[in-house]
Amino acid sequence: MTVARTWRTRRQRYSLVGERCDHCHNAIFPPRDVCPYCAEPAQTQMALSGRGTVYSYTTVYDAPAGFGEFAPYPVALVKLEEGPMVTAQLTDVSPEEVTIGMPVEMVTRKIQEQGEEGVIIYNYKFRPQLQRQARAA
Amino acid sequence: MAKQNGSVLLRPQRAVGIVGYGAYVPRYRLPASEVARVWSGRMDTLPIKEKAVAGLDEDTATMSIEAARNALARARVDPHRIRAVWVGSESHPYAVKPTSTIVAEALDIVPLTSAADWEFACKAGTEALQAAIALVGSGMADYALSIGMDTAQGRPGDALEYTAAAGGAALLVGPAEESVARFEASLSYVTDTPDFWRRAHAHYPSHGQRFTGEPAYFHHITSAARLIMEETGYGPADFRHVVLHQPNTKFPQRAATMLGFKPEQIQAGLLVPVIGNTYAGSSLVGFSAVLDVAEPGDRVLVVSFGSGAGSDAFIFQVTERIHEVRDLAPRTSDYIARRTVIDYATYARFRGKMLMK
Repeated sequence: MTVARTWRTRRQRYSLVGERCDHCHNAIFPPRDVCPYCAEPAQTQMALSGRGTVYSYTTVYDAPAGFGEFAPYPVALVKLEEGPMVTAQLTDVSPEEVTIGMPVEMVTRKIQEQGEEGVIIYNYKFRPQLQRQARAA
Repeated sequence: MAKQNGSVLLRPQRAVGIVGYGAYVPRYRLPASEVARVWSGRMDTLPIKEKAVAGLDEDTATMSIEAARNALARARVDPHRIRAVWVGSESHPYAVKPTSTIVAEALDIVPLTSAADWEFACKAGTEALQAAIALVGSGMADYALSIGMDTAQGRPGDALEYTAAAGGAALLVGPAEESVARFEASLSYVTDTPDFWRRAHAHYPSHGQRFTGEPAYFHHITSAARLIMEETGYGPADFRHVVLHQPNTKFPQRAATMLGFKPEQIQAGLLVPVIGNTYAGSSLVGFSAVLDVAEPGDRVLVVSFGSGAGSDAFIFQVTERIHEVRDLAPRTSDYIARRTVIDYATYARFRGKMLMK
């Protein structure tokens, strides 16, 4: 990704900012000019909750250029609470721990470093929902 | 030593406090015995049990974002009302390009905010906190976000490699009436003491061996703590919790004894045995662990130490509001309980210690 493209998409990549369709009221991610559900234009920006479940997944062993230092890593289709399906890396989890239906939450992580001297690109990833410890009443 | 207004204390004109707090500790743990296995073979003098290690895709920016999200979840404040995002660290991902703008963008605090990175070894985070207190306390802003976060570097085989860890906390400063901990007073004590440093292009820091103890850590931290107690009229018994910077387990324990505190006063905030020294995050993540368990009315003393060298001391009093906000975000102990032990080889890969080309 070029510096300009990563800059342009930073809000959706850092914090999962999508849209709510003004006409059919569906949640949309990533943001776009025309609603994929009703084909009407003009959407309202909306930050998605980041909560979802793993719909399906795979493990990338032979990573594309620029992602090699993170391999092997799991990639999943995550069904978001608001409806949209997002393709994203999973993190803080080893590939063998991933299961279909696993509850996950969005975190902002490093996805690529453009060499020693280039920019660092940050992006949403999903991790298993952080477990809260039981509290004494 | 008295300053112009007759006091060495730093206190703002407007009453302020912590309105939201949030911790972050990464998932991976390197047992100190692993470092000993590879380098020294000595298992009898380990300074901690294990340290927290950042994953391959984590750095001070990503960790700050999560801690700040937790702080904002507790504060329930509109991000656009925050007028400063200040991140203290000695492991900013870029030499030139602020960490703070990445954090501000991810939290939707941009564009009408000050953003800056702070640097003062392990006390960079409390520098940011003190400045945030001043900004809100002067009336220039209603809310200011201060963060202390690090993915600390340790030279392979060096004494610091056992403890140099990753983690930290974010504190949102705001009006006292909304706070979970009201700010009472602060004080800074600094001298030019070269106990630990890292030159501009060096990968690993260097240190003055035993010089890091008496003239550096102990002198600054006990001077700052004694002075703030003298000036405010408090004694050791007035504090329910005390958090001192934690480079290893022994130093804060010994400093606490020197200052007249009992072991139970430092217990809640003493995280170094299980997460290591999180450098600029150390005293702040200890403070967040205290806020996770403190009761309204508890008075807390926080004293950081940064090499180079200096200490910032703070006194807070916990308010009733703590019970309302505590469970709006994960507690520090939730992150500590989430642990995956790694071996030295995985650690070497995660921390980029292997020469790839």
